[in-house]
Amino acid sequence: MSGPPSPFAATAVERRQLSVQQLVRLLLACVTTLLLVPVLGILAVLVVEGGPGLTWSFLTEKPQRLGAAGGIWPALVGTVWLTATALLVALPLGVAAAIYLSEYARDNRLTRAINLAIVNLAGVPSIVHALFGVGAFVHFLRFGESILAAGCTLAVMTMPVVIVATRESLQAVPKAFRDACWSLGATRWQTIRHIVLPNSISGILTGVILVVSRAVGETAPIMFTGAVFLRLVPPESVFDRTMALSFHLYTVSTQVTDVPRHVPFSVALTLILVVLTMNSLSIWFRMRLRARKKW
Amino acid sequence: MAETHPEPAAGLAVAVRRFNLWYGDFQALFDVDLDIEAGIVTALIGPSGCGKSTLLRSCNRIVERLGYVRTAGSIEVLGHDVQHPSASRIQVRRQVGMVFQRPNPLPISIRDNVLFSQQLHDRRRWSRSDQDAVVERSLREVLLWDRVKDRLHERAVGLSLEEQQKLCIARLLPTKPAVLLMDEPCSALDPAATAAVEELIWNLRGRYSILIVTHNMAQARRASDRCVFMLMGRVVEHADTEQMFVAPARQETADYIEGRFG
Ligand SMILES: Nc1ncnc2c1ncn2[C@@H]1O[C@H](COP(=O)(O)OP(=O)(O)OP(=O)(O)O)[C@@H](O)[C@H]1O
Ligand SMILES: [Mg+2]
Repeated sequence: MSGPPSPFAATAVERRQLSVQQLVRLLLACVTTLLLVPVLGILAVLVVEGGPGLTWSFLTEKPQRLGAAGGIWPALVGTVWLTATALLVALPLGVAAAIYLSEYARDNRLTRAINLAIVNLAGVPSIVHALFGVGAFVHFLRFGESILAAGCTLAVMTMPVVIVATRESLQAVPKAFRDACWSLGATRWQTIRHIVLPNSISGILTGVILVVSRAVGETAPIMFTGAVFLRLVPPESVFDRTMALSFHLYTVSTQVTDVPRHVPFSVALTLILVVLTMNSLSIWFRMRLRARKKW
Repeated sequence: MAETHPEPAAGLAVAVRRFNLWYGDFQALFDVDLDIEAGIVTALIGPSGCGKSTLLRSCNRIVERLGYVRTAGSIEVLGHDVQHPSASRIQVRRQVGMVFQRPNPLPISIRDNVLFSQQLHDRRRWSRSDQDAVVERSLREVLLWDRVKDRLHERAVGLSLEEQQKLCIARLLPTKPAVLLMDEPCSALDPAATAAVEELIWNLRGRYSILIVTHNMAQARRASDRCVFMLMGRVVEHADTEQMFVAPARQETADYIEGRFG
């Protein structure tokens, strides 16, 4: 270009800063992409190795030879039972606690201690939860080894994330709505029920996702509290013991001999598909609610 | 001045008697004595932080939401102490309506906004036609009916700010409040919308006693019968609007009105 230099031309220092900025950006993009590799890798291996074995009869038949042959029907049903029990216990209790903490409790030393406890509870290793479950639910409350005991253990383990997710979405409801409600003569509870809760469904559903993902996948907490190695019929009540996909995966990969190579992969693939299905359901539900919500 | 008036004077919408209020250790209102006549528009003016909102929020007891508020003295609405031991906050709020600075319709339909307060308390089954009548009457009263009658089931947050603010007034009306408190109801609105809401307020005058906080001197002058000037938690002057703007009795009032004040 001819003519006088533009007054907006970059100086040498600025040009160097620009190239640094581009380098940083490239680096961050690379790291982020790298994070995808293990996820996609796992999925690819599972699909390639376990996909062919994942037939209708594999899903719907009972296991033979300790799982080395046959299907996984009782384990699949058992996992659904366990997850549902955990959800039914964790969700109401967690949501109730979150409502109390965010809407009623004053900010004082006690509530701060409770909040700290919740955060710490989320960091407790699952094997510790398992032992707590044995003591509290199996023996002290006399649930015995059962779906109920295992589900409660899973619930205790996932409760902190439910509380945190719900509390955050409760607090995201604008204060103006509460002012409006109160000034119209609504009680605190009416405000919560009619305005705050309907607008924090998305946080509650996030809680559902977190509970489901963990409850479906955990092995340690159910191992001593209600899961069994082999039980050819699906459970019929919460007082039964049951097989579970996660525990079944552990046994067919390490405890049983002569298992065809594809079986553990197929079990793992099923496990992941269950999680993905349940999560997509909640996400879909959440998106539909979001689309309606506008303020 | 009605100093220690034991009996409620006739025709008073709000009677404030030696009212003091503390936020924690900070005293926001000092010995406020005020008689707000029924059926007219009273404007509440004064510099920022002088306690206008606090006084307004005391009338419907919404200040009590803050745990650290203490009060002394009394506030009577239509001759009845709002803080009487047998008075319930809920009843007080239904009969003393409040409009906020930013329009805050609830995230539900226009129709449900209007019916909200009534449905909260009336366990009676309202027939559909009763509800329709209430909705229409309230929306007509705020001059909004013709504009929204075809979209009563749409969400209220989709309305323009002016319409939202009118809706916020409309939703107070089904419970037949005696007093309407408005805390800077026009300050989020543009001039045309402000004029429309002012017109509405003037329309409601007579049927309701209206207490309106404003920072807009022109508005106070245009749209009120009486005017109260507050300064640092005290009532300085209470007079007919015309008189206050033409010949204020106190030097501070004159300074504030003429803009020689913070
Ligand atoms: N929630 C609160 N906690 C503590 N102090 C408060 C609170 N609300 C108001 N105050 C104080 O009380 C005094 C009066 O406040 P208020 O909001 O009533 O003033 P205002 O006249 O409405 O002012 P503005 O014109 O800015 O709205 C101010 O000094 C303010 O800092
Ligand atoms: Mg104010």
